[in-house]
Amino acid sequence: MAVAPAGAARRARGLLLVAGSAALLLALVTVSLLYGALDVPPGEVWRTLLGDAPSARVDNAIRSVRVPRTALGVAAGAALGLAGALMQALTRNPLADPGLLGVSAGAAFAIVVAVGVLGLGSAYAYIWFAFAGALGAGLLVYVMGGLGRSGSTPVKLALSGVAVTSLLGSLTSAVALTEPEALDRFRFWSAGSLANQSTDVLLRILPFLAVGALIAFALAPSLNSLALGDEVATSLGLRTGRIRTLGVIAVTLLVGAAVAVVGPIVFVGLVVPHVVRVLLQYAGIGPDQRWLLPLSALLAPVLLLAADVAGRLLARPAEIQAGILVAFVGGPLFIVMVRRRRLAEL
Amino acid sequence: MTELCKDRGGPPAVPTDPPAEPRRRRERLPFRLAVPPVSGVLRPRQVAVSAGLAAAAFAVFCWGMTIGDLPIAVGDVVRALFGHGDPGNQLIVRELRLPRALAGLLVGGAFGVAGALFQTLTRNPLASPDMIGITQGAGAAVVAGLVLGIGGGLGTQLLGLLGGFGAAALVYLLAWRRGATGYRIILVGLGVAWICTSVTDFLMARGARQEAQSALGWLLGNLNGRDWPQIIPLLWALAVLLPAALLLGRQLRDLQLGDDVARGLGIRVQWVRVATLLTGVGLAAFGAAAAGPVAFVALAAPQIAQRLARTAWPPLIASGLAGALMVLVSDLIARTLIHDTELPVGVVTGVLGAPVLLWLLVRANRAGSGG
Repeated sequence: MAVAPAGAARRARGLLLVAGSAALLLALVTVSLLYGALDVPPGEVWRTLLGDAPSARVDNAIRSVRVPRTALGVAAGAALGLAGALMQALTRNPLADPGLLGVSAGAAFAIVVAVGVLGLGSAYAYIWFAFAGALGAGLLVYVMGGLGRSGSTPVKLALSGVAVTSLLGSLTSAVALTEPEALDRFRFWSAGSLANQSTDVLLRILPFLAVGALIAFALAPSLNSLALGDEVATSLGLRTGRIRTLGVIAVTLLVGAAVAVVGPIVFVGLVVPHVVRVLLQYAGIGPDQRWLLPLSALLAPVLLLAADVAGRLLARPAEIQAGILVAFVGGPLFIVMVRRRRLAEL
Repeated sequence: MTELCKDRGGPPAVPTDPPAEPRRRRERLPFRLAVPPVSGVLRPRQVAVSAGLAAAAFAVFCWGMTIGDLPIAVGDVVRALFGHGDPGNQLIVRELRLPRALAGLLVGGAFGVAGALFQTLTRNPLASPDMIGITQGAGAAVVAGLVLGIGGGLGTQLLGLLGGFGAAALVYLLAWRRGATGYRIILVGLGVAWICTSVTDFLMARGARQEAQSALGWLLGNLNGRDWPQIIPLLWALAVLLPAALLLGRQLRDLQLGDDVARGLGIRVQWVRVATLLTGVGLAAFGAAAAGPVAFVALAAPQIAQRLARTAWPPLIASGLAGALMVLVSDLIARTLIHDTELPVGVVTGVLGAPVLLWLLVRANRAGSGG
């Protein structure tokens, strides 16, 4: 068989890409632990992590601020990257982002209602609100996209997502306009940030993220068949409806949990899969979901952490939210990549 | 036909035409006039949908002018528009209420047509000026003006125009590499849109609460206090750009067949693309400058029109009329929903347009119209 060596070479190149991405992520995690508002020499950071802190102040800065922040960046970034790749595959639309299912909009609406109408103040209280809102909106979009005689089609899913998103967005703005308190809380949350979260919060959302990621990886081979169009996929013996249902569940879990904590940072999930597609094209692999999903999950946190570190360093001692800088860091990079090659259409 | 005959027990009728033929003929009426030398294809359903939307838009346009601190009957409004009847009514209608109604009509129409152009050009129902950076560019420029204390009134409008055109120029230049494909324009547009959004977010989070609130009011899209200075530029823009859009419409449809086929048909592909982009950007930028980026109209109006007319692409005229109707009805609700408060019109367009689009999606029974 002449195919086998080619396949083996392709796998080797794919693994090389995965290893490179993982190394890049590790480098960013290190940078995120080393740099921040407080200047701590690298050696002391290392000792602090091992439990031998030079002072209580350093101990606090590293273990209660930087460690949870970095972990949250990795978890939320991976979730958004995965969800974005999944969403683009499910709707077969390059403009699909993790927020397209209305999940971010649902979370935002729930937060504004919690703060503006019910007067909840603490982050703990409104995380569960946000998560509930995200799940509710995802469910609504899915049901709406699947009603009717033709059932769920990619375009219907995308359009019903846009419709529900804008509906919730309008309601959110209306509440934010009339309740100054809600507007204040909302504009800081909606900028998107990794700051001020404890390890505790991360541990609470981790199970949801894990389930969502497992479903996503399990779906990868089927998504490859789905890319050929619904008719072809059906004739290959795939149950397209069930794949889409599972995909929507995975996206809702991943994005709902991530957005509830870090705010609606959708750019990461939108752009990273495109970047990965370009990389896979260079490697001669093509848009294979079995490579696309893990690589998106590895590279999305790189972008998020890079933006977060930049935000910490640019405006010391204050900081600029990661959500704002993500597009500033990622946008130009993305445009350069788009220009470099004839893009593989989805 | 044959089924009916069988039911009645008669001899099965032999159809002379293939069964699809009479339906096809009802859906398309080709015509050719000697003087003036115009030919084309009339699609009765499309014409009917456009006429219905136009009638509804005109009705809401007039009805909106009857409502206010001083209620005026519909008949008196129409009379006052043409300079008859009570001078007091004439003053109120023509000086105070007409500008706002006209602004709603024109802004909605501009966004609807712009959205239809973008969606046809990129063959993507999610493509709209709000998606690829034009409205975000306008928004970033205006919010910067508000936070830095420039603008107000006409200055705001000018900033919006500059921002919109600036973002569009940036998208096109960056997407250009031996031509610019629709796909590349979309992706570069996404990048530019997000960069502009992050600037807006940064300014919103930095600014004082007061500024954030007024910036949000503009960003949502607003017809409050719109007057002739905001409308005249938009009128001129529409007078130039609408005919351009209609002229381009047919060539755009041929572009749907793919670049090579379109070239074979004698279409200058790259030129049509640039002209369409410029037209769409102009409509969106002037619309956003007059009323702010009214949410959802540019995306939803073409999709609604397409599903009503059951065409394979968004029909331009019907899209514009659907957009106008959307904005006019939304503004009516925004003014009257809460007593003594005028909500920004953009808050209502999403709430109003979403159910309509969802309902049409659910009703779509053909794969072609639904997906």
